[in-house]
Amino acid sequence: MEYEAVIGLEVHVQLKTDSKMFTSVAHKFAEPPNTLTDPVVWALPGVLPVLNFEAIRKTIELGLMFGCKIPEITKWDRKNYFYPDSPKNYQLSQYDQPLCEGGGVEIELPGTNRAEMGAHRVVKLTRIHLEEDVGKLTHFATDSLVDYNRAGTPLMEIVSEPDMHSSEEVFAYMTSLKNTISFAGISDCDMEKGQMRADVNVSVRPVGETKLGVKVEMKNLNSISNVRNCIDYEIRRQIECLKKGIPLVQETRRWDAQLGVTQSMRGKEDAHDYRYFPDPDLMPVKISGELLESIKAGLCEMPFDRQRRYMKDYDLPYSVTSVMSIDRGLSEYFEEAVKTYSKNPKAIANYLINDLLRELGAAASAEASESKSGDGFEDLEGEMTVFGHSSHKERLESCRITPANLAGLVKIIDDGVITKQMAKEVFVEMFATGKTAEAIVEEKGLKQNSDTGELEKFALEAMAANRKAVDQFKAGNDKAINALIGPIMKASKGKANPAMVLDTLKKLIAQG
Amino acid sequence: MSEELYFKGVSELSQMLDRREISAVELAQAFIDRKNAVDPKVGAFLSADESDTLDRATQTDKRIAAGEKLGMLDGIPVGLKDVLAVRGQKLTCASKMLENYVSPYTGTAMKNLESRGAVFFGRLNMDEYAMGSSCENSAFQKTRNPWNLECIPGGSSGGSAAAVAAGECVCSLGSDTGGSIRQPASLCGIVGMKPTYGLVSRYGLAAFASSLDQIGPFARSVKDAAILLNGVAGYDRLDSTSVKCDIPDYAANLSADSLKGKKIGVPKEYFGEGIDSEVRALVEKAIANCKEQGAEVVEISLPHTDLAIPVYYIIATAEASSNLARYDGIRYTHRSKSAKDVVDLYFKSRAEGFGEEVKRRIILGSYVLSSGYYDAYYLRAQKVRTLIRRDFEKAFESVDVIMTPTSPTTAFKIGEKTSDPLAMYLSDICTINVNLAGLPGLSLPCGFASNGLPVGLQMIGKAFDEQNLLSYAYAYEQSAGWSGRNPSL
Repeated sequence: MEYEAVIGLEVHVQLKTDSKMFTSVAHKFAEPPNTLTDPVVWALPGVLPVLNFEAIRKTIELGLMFGCKIPEITKWDRKNYFYPDSPKNYQLSQYDQPLCEGGGVEIELPGTNRAEMGAHRVVKLTRIHLEEDVGKLTHFATDSLVDYNRAGTPLMEIVSEPDMHSSEEVFAYMTSLKNTISFAGISDCDMEKGQMRADVNVSVRPVGETKLGVKVEMKNLNSISNVRNCIDYEIRRQIECLKKGIPLVQETRRWDAQLGVTQSMRGKEDAHDYRYFPDPDLMPVKISGELLESIKAGLCEMPFDRQRRYMKDYDLPYSVTSVMSIDRGLSEYFEEAVKTYSKNPKAIANYLINDLLRELGAAASAEASESKSGDGFEDLEGEMTVFGHSSHKERLESCRITPANLAGLVKIIDDGVITKQMAKEVFVEMFATGKTAEAIVEEKGLKQNSDTGELEKFALEAMAANRKAVDQFKAGNDKAINALIGPIMKASKGKANPAMVLDTLKKLIAQG
Repeated sequence: MSEELYFKGVSELSQMLDRREISAVELAQAFIDRKNAVDPKVGAFLSADESDTLDRATQTDKRIAAGEKLGMLDGIPVGLKDVLAVRGQKLTCASKMLENYVSPYTGTAMKNLESRGAVFFGRLNMDEYAMGSSCENSAFQKTRNPWNLECIPGGSSGGSAAAVAAGECVCSLGSDTGGSIRQPASLCGIVGMKPTYGLVSRYGLAAFASSLDQIGPFARSVKDAAILLNGVAGYDRLDSTSVKCDIPDYAANLSADSLKGKKIGVPKEYFGEGIDSEVRALVEKAIANCKEQGAEVVEISLPHTDLAIPVYYIIATAEASSNLARYDGIRYTHRSKSAKDVVDLYFKSRAEGFGEEVKRRIILGSYVLSSGYYDAYYLRAQKVRTLIRRDFEKAFESVDVIMTPTSPTTAFKIGEKTSDPLAMYLSDICTINVNLAGLPGLSLPCGFASNGLPVGLQMIGKAFDEQNLLSYAYAYEQSAGWSGRNPSL
């Protein structure tokens, strides 16, 4: 019998806000333990929560981007359970009236090769709600320590329908979430920093069966490879059980990344009774029409829409757009440059994705290694991976080459002022100094030689030196002309305008 | 110092300070001496940081010397129920759980008082976590009724009421979740008020039942209660349930003929079974006095009154079970020394730290919120709460104020009801509905029973109509003249 997997995800994403969810303390990463705290975070006697409006706004923003329905009234509930990372021993969350309902996330499955766009589909969402993160426990031989810096951080929970069937789809789903959320500036979604975590629900059933199988939940997966491996393992395990006739039980399992297996944590009968009830300290929130309109007015384009637009309007290749359209810094830079010079978006995109990113990467890694040796701290940023990298926005903003200047470089190449070969040197100079391409060309006297008289003189010399090539060209061997171009470029010290050289040669050969 | 000094009111003492007849430090010292003299008998104070009190009084004196006195409360010794957060002061909630806890921040109502120069004096006894009606649930000590030391002062703010009645402070703050200000005020023969839910910020009040708790004043006169209420009331960004509204100068606007032409509603449900006949007679006499002043008295019905106790003990305990979860042995509370692991730490710390009544309510509250029982208990209780609120809304369509007894009996003997929680719960039968409806309620003395113990009249007003409620109480007080009688200790 053939089996299929049914997978649903609960993805937790920390919001990028100035302060915590219910108090004015800042939330950041890697601060000394228990420094980002106040009486509210410690849950001292008498404190009360105050809603972070920015977090509500950002969650609604994401909901609107995913086409969710935003109910008029949303409320806050207490989820009661004891654990030392939770200072109040209840978590403020949303039980039955979340901020966002329904909607869907467009995903892209891998294409046949990296240059090809893969198939797209929409993964249905159940809801998105807002809650608070908990602190962090560190266990030692006889003691445990708790750090409440993370406690109270605004946390979105994005709940999908059981609408995925493979780890590839889940990867595509999480990639799409990350791209959308980080582009909109709602979160950096850095899994290494715990800004994005996933709970995965997996069940299997015979193909053709419409009823869902027995659900197994795996909690708090903190890297994309863990998510993938855990799902693959769990699908295999469940199918094997069914084939052997071992009944599956509804349970929560823990992923052991070292052993590469899942292990039972607790069964259904041990599930918590969270004793949810409406939080009496917070009033329900009415989402006004004006608020919705103002958020709608500021919504950014969805990454896949942007990609399709780049491919259609600018005729850019898929591989370039798939890098550019998911990064706010790159897209904004690109569009700004195209605004300055609209005739060659392709060249601008190429310079941006290839040359500029390479230079920026080199500069950043030089800086990183310097600071590493300097203060002895580990580089927390880690490698740039799809899930580790944060937007290029900051780097591009501090980059010396402005979008207008990059456009200017492309323009003078197109206008024949400099050759592509020379442009490389100009680009390096621009990156180092921030000067315009024109200024550098002027300073260094790099201007292409378009002096007809001089070029004719070089051409006649070259023809005289190589009659054989002239004759061959005349006889119909088009390639023979290349043998004449080299000496002319050499004579002009590389400044000869290649197009003019070709025209001049053809003209003179035809005459002579 | 003459005995009259510690039975003087806020405005009179304030004038004495203005006229330099006494300094704030002298005034504070007088109350410290008075406390040291009588509190061994009364037991209202859990602790008192006397040097902090004198420091605060010194600041007042500096302001007076500079001609910068802040108002009537500047220099006035105010006692605080030990459930209110003041930076650097103990905050025990009368529980072993917080025996050594010192608050690192000051709550909003107390900040408001500080900004008016009030001199905090003492942490006053209460039922543990404000759960009780007699002060007998304090983990530390009994407080006695200044009118009869064999009797309880009421609760849960029994220390706040007894301290004011005994002249150990000029006025005090308490908190009222089901009657915890009005009932002890009634039993101790003073004025106590629970403001409309949302008038006074709850930030800095250790929560018992969040949707019912309010901070309010105790004083020996309506005017002093009005002054103290002005000192604490006001919208607070830190309390999402606090309400933006205009706050008049309550004391300045009191009017002795305010009852004239007003309609008093007397709900028949509050005068039936369980109400002591002497209490009923004195309250009826007080209402007759109001009628003589030109008020119209009409009988009304609040049909859902008898559901108050069950509804209250579902909602309040549900909220409490969650509010008290933070007292867990992990951060700042009592921690059991014999715990083996984290679960054991929770069990033992809470078993050792909480008293019987607190445990009883946490268990009850956890039960009513449990999966499968939520709809039958909590949700249903919320629906009945709405009915209770509507009863009052409907009544206030035709009346200006509702008058009832505050407590069904006068103060009972210490130990009399400790073994019968249900009998204890019934002592709040007249006050609980007011919390469920979120309305302002005030208790003021209306005479003495044959046992020599005071009886209180409860006035219930419309939401945010504190000004009129205080004015009606003032009119009755001026006419009947029960305020100003003090116990001899």
